[in-house]
Amino acid sequence: MATVYIDGNRHDADAKQNMLHVSLSLGYDLPFFCWHPAMGSIGACRQCAVKQFKDEKDTKGRLVMACLTPALEDTRISIADQEAQEFRAAIIEGLMLHHPHDCPVCDEGGECHLQDMTYLTGHAYRRYRFQKRTYRNQFLGPFVNHEMNRCIQCYRCVRFYRGYAGEHDLNSFSIHHTVYFGRHEDGILESEFSGNLAEVCPTGVFTDRTLGQHYTRKWDQTYAPSICHSCGVGCNISPGQRDGIVRRILNRYNHEVNGYFICDRGRFSYEYVNSPERIRAPLVRRGDEREVIEKDEAVKIFAEMLGSGEDVIGIGSPRASLEANFALRALVGADRFFSGFSTGEQRLIELMLSIMQTVHVPSLREVEACDAVLILGEDVTNVAARMALALRQSARREPQKKALAARVPLWDDLGVRQVTGDAIGPVFIAFPCATRLDDVAEATYRGRPDQIAQFGYAVAAAIHSGAPPANTDASAQALVKRIAEALRTAERPLVVSGATLRNEAIIGAAANIVYALEREGRSAGLAFTMPEANTCGLGLMRARALEEALESRVQYGTVVILENDLYRRATAAIVDEFLARAGNVVVLDQVNTRTAARANLVLPVASFAESAGTLVNFESRAQRFFPVLPPSDVQESWRWITDVATRRGEFGSWNSLDDVTAAVEQEMPIFRGITAAAPPSSYRIAGEKIPRQPHRYSGRTATLVNISIHEPPPPDDPDSPLAYSMEGYTYKAPASALPFLWAPGWNSARALLKFQEEINGPLRGGPVGIRLIRGDRRGAPEFFSGAPEPVNAPERRWLAVPIYHLFGSDELTHWAPAISSLAPQPYVAVNERAGFRDGAPVAFQSDGATQTAVIKIRSEIPDGVAAVPAGLRETETLRLPAWISIEAI
Amino acid sequence: MPSQPSEHEVRVLSRRFGLPNSASIDTYLANDGYRALEKALKEMTPDSILEELKVSNLRGRGGAGFPTGMKWSFVPRQSPKPKYIVCNADESEPGTCKDRLLMEYDPHQLIEGILIAGIVVGSHQGYIYVRGEYRYLIDILDRALEEAYARGYLGKNILGSGFDFDLYTHTGAGAYECGEESALLESLEGKRGIPRIRPPFPAVAGLYASPTVLNNVETFSSVPPIIVNGGKWYAELGTPRNGGTRLFVLSGHVKRPGVYELPMGTPLRKLIYDVGGGIIGDKKLKAVIPGGSSTPVLTADAIDTPLDFDSVAKAGSMLGSGAVIVMHEDTCIVRAALRIMQFYAHESCGWCIPCREGTNWLKKTLTRFHSGGGREEDIGLIEDLAKNMLGRTFCPLGDAAAMPTIAFVQKFRNEFEMHLAGQPCPFEKHGQLVGA
Ligand SMILES: Cc1cc2nc3c(=O)[nH]c(=O)nc-3n(C[C@H](O)[C@H](O)[C@H](O)COP(=O)(O)O)c2cc1C
Ligand code: SF4
Ligand code: SF4
Ligand code: FES
Repeated sequence: MATVYIDGNRHDADAKQNMLHVSLSLGYDLPFFCWHPAMGSIGACRQCAVKQFKDEKDTKGRLVMACLTPALEDTRISIADQEAQEFRAAIIEGLMLHHPHDCPVCDEGGECHLQDMTYLTGHAYRRYRFQKRTYRNQFLGPFVNHEMNRCIQCYRCVRFYRGYAGEHDLNSFSIHHTVYFGRHEDGILESEFSGNLAEVCPTGVFTDRTLGQHYTRKWDQTYAPSICHSCGVGCNISPGQRDGIVRRILNRYNHEVNGYFICDRGRFSYEYVNSPERIRAPLVRRGDEREVIEKDEAVKIFAEMLGSGEDVIGIGSPRASLEANFALRALVGADRFFSGFSTGEQRLIELMLSIMQTVHVPSLREVEACDAVLILGEDVTNVAARMALALRQSARREPQKKALAARVPLWDDLGVRQVTGDAIGPVFIAFPCATRLDDVAEATYRGRPDQIAQFGYAVAAAIHSGAPPANTDASAQALVKRIAEALRTAERPLVVSGATLRNEAIIGAAANIVYALEREGRSAGLAFTMPEANTCGLGLMRARALEEALESRVQYGTVVILENDLYRRATAAIVDEFLARAGNVVVLDQVNTRTAARANLVLPVASFAESAGTLVNFESRAQRFFPVLPPSDVQESWRWITDVATRRGEFGSWNSLDDVTAAVEQEMPIFRGITAAAPPSSYRIAGEKIPRQPHRYSGRTATLVNISIHEPPPPDDPDSPLAYSMEGYTYKAPASALPFLWAPGWNSARALLKFQEEINGPLRGGPVGIRLIRGDRRGAPEFFSGAPEPVNAPERRWLAVPIYHLFGSDELTHWAPAISSLAPQPYVAVNERAGFRDGAPVAFQSDGATQTAVIKIRSEIPDGVAAVPAGLRETETLRLPAWISIEAI
Repeated sequence: MPSQPSEHEVRVLSRRFGLPNSASIDTYLANDGYRALEKALKEMTPDSILEELKVSNLRGRGGAGFPTGMKWSFVPRQSPKPKYIVCNADESEPGTCKDRLLMEYDPHQLIEGILIAGIVVGSHQGYIYVRGEYRYLIDILDRALEEAYARGYLGKNILGSGFDFDLYTHTGAGAYECGEESALLESLEGKRGIPRIRPPFPAVAGLYASPTVLNNVETFSSVPPIIVNGGKWYAELGTPRNGGTRLFVLSGHVKRPGVYELPMGTPLRKLIYDVGGGIIGDKKLKAVIPGGSSTPVLTADAIDTPLDFDSVAKAGSMLGSGAVIVMHEDTCIVRAALRIMQFYAHESCGWCIPCREGTNWLKKTLTRFHSGGGREEDIGLIEDLAKNMLGRTFCPLGDAAAMPTIAFVQKFRNEFEMHLAGQPCPFEKHGQLVGA
């Protein structure tokens, strides 16, 4: 702590910070461009200039950049100083020489940091009497639009893209007043975090290209606090909609989870909500035809199909909310409720969950703070992209210690990078093929899944002699020792693993490493990726495994399938047989999946944008999401189920989400606390619900006049404390129910700083999510016993392992045009020693079925391994890993 | 060819200029070459060398005039990382062309100076970062390096002393800003030539985040004579706190422009009239830029200023890179201000707003102003834009653009006002800025 003076006011400040950070945290309005709370200071824009005084007696002072001024004891600055104000206005004037002033046609208009800063400095009239500079724009792919003329050269984009997200195909070019930010040539941006450019850029150079296709101003959109449904990280998002069309997704800051950034799958996944392939009305199969029916009739048919309930089973879904799964479980009974995980997956997930009880599972904020990392058998970028971005920051921790030792504060981004150079910390990755994090890995290990498991066991044994030994090949021994040493000597060691390779021993090995560290007196973190939005929540329900139902040979009367395409969970032969065996198939889903196409009754289910519910992320954080679209013919699964149960006179008291959430909590102790994840629907601020619409929302009285000149009342929303209205207060809203950010003078995403307790700190207003597993069964858990002996590959056979693709493997984004345009075509990747030519068409056999693909040569893949993309649209699901043969065709 | 020597010169660094094959190692060895190295390795310690340097009052010849001995003493003795010596041969300040001669006619003197720096700080690797337009000098330097390696003055176990040193040339990236020491280091690492922040200073975290000594060509070239003849001898050549001689680059409206080695403290009058033979056409002197284009202009009444760092500073300017640009009475000052601003607008690296936008705006304003399109308020605007750069930009290039501009407006406001008639420049016949 230090005492500092700002415009004569005395404040306590964090001496590890700079004066811009301190001033903004204290609520002063000081303009800035190049500084970013997650990326620190570079002193380029000179917009944050203030007057600094040496001491009490100094009245002259000198201009300094607040972002480069450490908040040391007795630092004295003035923001209001005349000369400082004039200089700040002059900076804006400089930017306005070439800025095109095309706000009315600019997608950034109304949420532009440049507009806000211009207004804040008071600059209004520029003395420039010459032509403006113009640039050529580039095509950068389906996500991000480029309009270089608007650039103010603050370098934020390249600092994020290169320095923070670690990708290289965006750079600054040229010098003097023609500095250019773009690619070396037109082309699709390679970073999976490119969408953040739209929020990082303070003006309209990089904007959301998908928003541009159905553009609506920030203030004209309706927002809701939501949770990304595209993977198990659980990033907080704010979708915006108007006229029933979801327009875009914005990052919603949660300092424990996603902070300031989300991945492109999360940001652009929303497009599927608007897809014409959505199921919008109930469908019943009559003969070969499917007929659209009324909602009431659908409920009636559903009730009939349930009959006495005796031979009814329900299949849940890791992409549906806790409430939806729980409602189905309540409808069919716990012993008739099957999880809906893929074959072989459930065992792994339950194993991971039981290990999580015995270790510390870090939040992403904690992951970023780790200084030594082993990623064992996981391709984090493609399974849990936001976690990969956090791990990229972990790789900088060890080098940063050198900067601190050289007395360079961590906010001094240039200084830190000068001291650390390109150094990376001890991050190690063991995976069969190259991953997108390899560039920050000190070393990598390639092997088959069973070898990776052995490798992990060996690391554990090298850390603590009591851990079961393992057989790793001699060549890996040195690396094993190096990793063991790095983890043992780190301040905050971390192990990351997951179920991607479908290998139990890998998960056991990851646990053993952490247990070994704990026995050595080190406290270590263990994070498992979770592939789907509610994998963790569904796993905690401990339902029966889907394969039990699929392979049981029982003749079920009715099978109720909740938001799940079984054809993605098991091989087509098995699912075909299963569905044929069932008397009735009822599918509740959002899009017309292959399973839905086989159903006797299909009920249209609300997407994340139309529903409320609770998801549990990879760290067991329960988080609530709320609908952004008003009620329509589609409704939440749990509401369909409640409707049918009510009709049958069962669990009659569920009227709103709060009732279902409370029931989950009551019935299943593991979920204790989830009701507190967000305020109940009865929550009010000054008697009003929290508005979903900014107070400048326009056209309220006009949008529906073609139907009726009487303005309808806003739709009712019994499930949330939010209103489809512009009336009420967001400023004091609880953090978990904050639909959008706006503060006077701060129209851009930077309004966030008015909602944080301090810069980079938690949001004011309560918790954001409730941790369910606290690792309290810690102590010295038993080691997992040794890994199975490695297997030898049969002649001309390859062990096929699944490879995930951020763009392509997620089910619902198959219906999102921008994302699906980037999905790969089916392939089989092997090394050149396999004897195939790159691009050669091949057929491969697995589970008796033959599939075709093309060969991709990736030389890093070990002999005897074939990497096969998982979950692509219109490809058959394989039970992996499996030994396959590959034939040229 | 170097300029015709002048009788007033005191030739220390330039004494081999003009010898046949002056760049060859044989000529060098026949004229005291590598004696300093031998002495440094065999008779001296890093501390005693440093002491001589401090006594010599040698100050950096790149522009800022920082005491060289002190700079070298900042490098930590112990370092887990390699240490580097970097020679700034990016010479691009308008008016300056002295390093070029030192490299062309006496490359071994430079190599020897760099080697001594290596001995002092315990470095075993160095780079000479040569201005891109000096491509032909790289060939000369490379030949000299080859010779030095062949004769055992570079490489392993130099002169049997156990001291190893490798030295490389590196092509500049074609930007003036790459001569600014931190941008130079970025460029040398293969990055964009934008400046770094200080602290950390190069002595602690320079090239590849390692301790680095960075000096100008002339600074390094001054070291061997100091070691051979002693710091005291060198200091006494100059004035107090301004040791030795330096290469002055005389250009503009003088009869004998050229590069002349003179003691520090030589009066401006002597340089212009005795060494340079006076003003072309015996016209009246109007103004002098004393230290390269980035230094504030002096008016004719400063003619008796001694040319050392401190005296020129007292006169309100800077000795900078030692490039003296002389302008006679027919010179259009607005045109001079414009020409200089054209340079800075082109060379601004584009990192910070006041310089990036200010220089370009100033260039456009001065262009229009000079051709008769100026408005009265433009004079204030020019001054205002320059003042918004002064001390407020990220690196000193902003100051370099601002300082001369402010001085031109303040000292020659009348000439600016003369351009307000709506007519093209009133100086019908422009004096050519010879060599600038
Ligand atoms: C914009 C700018 C350009 C510079 N260009 C050069 C140059 O071309 N050559 C040079 O030696 N120093 C140049 N300098 C000075 C260097 O930054 C540095 O101070 C000098 O090389 C240090 O060497 P010295 O101590 O031997 O003078 C420049 C400085 C600035 C701000
Ligand atoms: S494109 Fe945007 S973020 Fe990048 S430098 Fe320009 S204004 Fe800044
Ligand atoms: S003053 Fe700013 S823009 Fe100009 S060269 Fe230095 S850093 Fe670059
Ligand atoms: S925010 Fe401080 S210089 Fe840009």
